[in-house]
Amino acid sequence: MIENDFLEIAGRKIHSRLFVGTGKYASIQQMKGAFEASGAEVVTVAVRRINISDRSRESLLDAIDPKKFILLPNTAGCYNAEDAIRYARLAREAGLSDWIKLEVIGDEKTLYPDNEALLEATRVLVKEGFVVLPYTNDDPVTARKLEDLGAAAVMPLGAPIGSGLGIQNPNNIRIIKEMARVPVIVDAGVGTASDAAVAMELGCDAVLMNTGIAGAQDPVRMAEAMGLAVKAGRLAYLAGRIPKKSYATASSPTEGMLAK
Amino acid sequence: MQVTINGETTSVPDSVSIAELVGILDLKKERVAVELNRGIVSRKEWEEVLLKSGDKVEIVHFVGGG
Repeated sequence: MIENDFLEIAGRKIHSRLFVGTGKYASIQQMKGAFEASGAEVVTVAVRRINISDRSRESLLDAIDPKKFILLPNTAGCYNAEDAIRYARLAREAGLSDWIKLEVIGDEKTLYPDNEALLEATRVLVKEGFVVLPYTNDDPVTARKLEDLGAAAVMPLGAPIGSGLGIQNPNNIRIIKEMARVPVIVDAGVGTASDAAVAMELGCDAVLMNTGIAGAQDPVRMAEAMGLAVKAGRLAYLAGRIPKKSYATASSPTEGMLAK
Repeated sequence: MQVTINGETTSVPDSVSIAELVGILDLKKERVAVELNRGIVSRKEWEEVLLKSGDKVEIVHFVGGG
C-alpha cells in the first residue's frame, strides 16, 4: 500500500493495484497463501454449473471472505454477446454484486476479444446497471468506445491470456492510458514480476493476473513478487523517470580530479 | 416428474419449488444462482416458482477463474 494512493472504481476505493484470479491453483490452501502474499483486494471468479452428482469439492466462497475481498466475476468462455450477458446476470444473482469482468472471446487459439460483441454486451450491461470492466485488446480506439458506452474501466491485454509474454505493445498501452478517463487495468499476459512493473510504469492503474502467479513453481512466492513489482512500478511512475538518452552522463563530479 | 438440472435428467417431486429444490440438493442458497428455461429466477421468487415436468433448470456458482 502506498499512502494516499488508491484506485477508485464505482465509488469503491481500492488500495492494492494488483488484481488476482482464482483459477489453476493446486489447492485452496495454496490460493489463500498466494492472496495473502500478494496483498490483492480484488479477486476474479468464474461462473459455472454446480456438479449436482458430485458435491465433494469445497466451495470457492468458503475460502474467500467477501468482506475482505472484492469479488469480480467474469464471463470467461463466452463467445458471443448473448452468452456473456447471460453469465453476467447469473453472476450478479449469485454474488449480489454488480461488478462484472466482461470477456467476449473471438478466437479459441489466441483468446483475443471479439470487439463488436464486446461493445454490444457492454452497451446492454451498462444499461442494466452493471459496473462493467471489459477485457479488451490493446487498441486505443476500442478502449475509447468502451469508455463512451459507460465501462467503469478498460482492461487491455498485455499479451494473450496465460502466455506469460509480458507487455507486447507498451506504446499502445501508454496511449490507452493517456486517452482514458476511466482506470486502465492491464489484464493478461504477465509472466513475471518485471512485466507487472512495466505495466505500472506505463501509468496503468492496476494489473490483473492469474496464470502468472498460479502457474509459477512457487505461487505464494510469485504472488509476493508481483505485489512488490506492482508497487515498485507504481512508485516509479509517480516518481517520474529520467528521460532516455543515447550517451552517458557522468554521475560523479568532473571537478576535483587529481593532477595528471 | 422429470426435469433437467444442469443438463442431467433428474427426478424431483411434482410441483417442487425452486426453494425446495435448492434444499433437496443441499446447496447453500446464498451462493448459487438459478435459471429456469433460460430466465433468471431471483432469490426472492424461489418460494413461489414451481417446477413443471420437462423444465430445464441451470444452477450455477462461482469457481476459480481469471
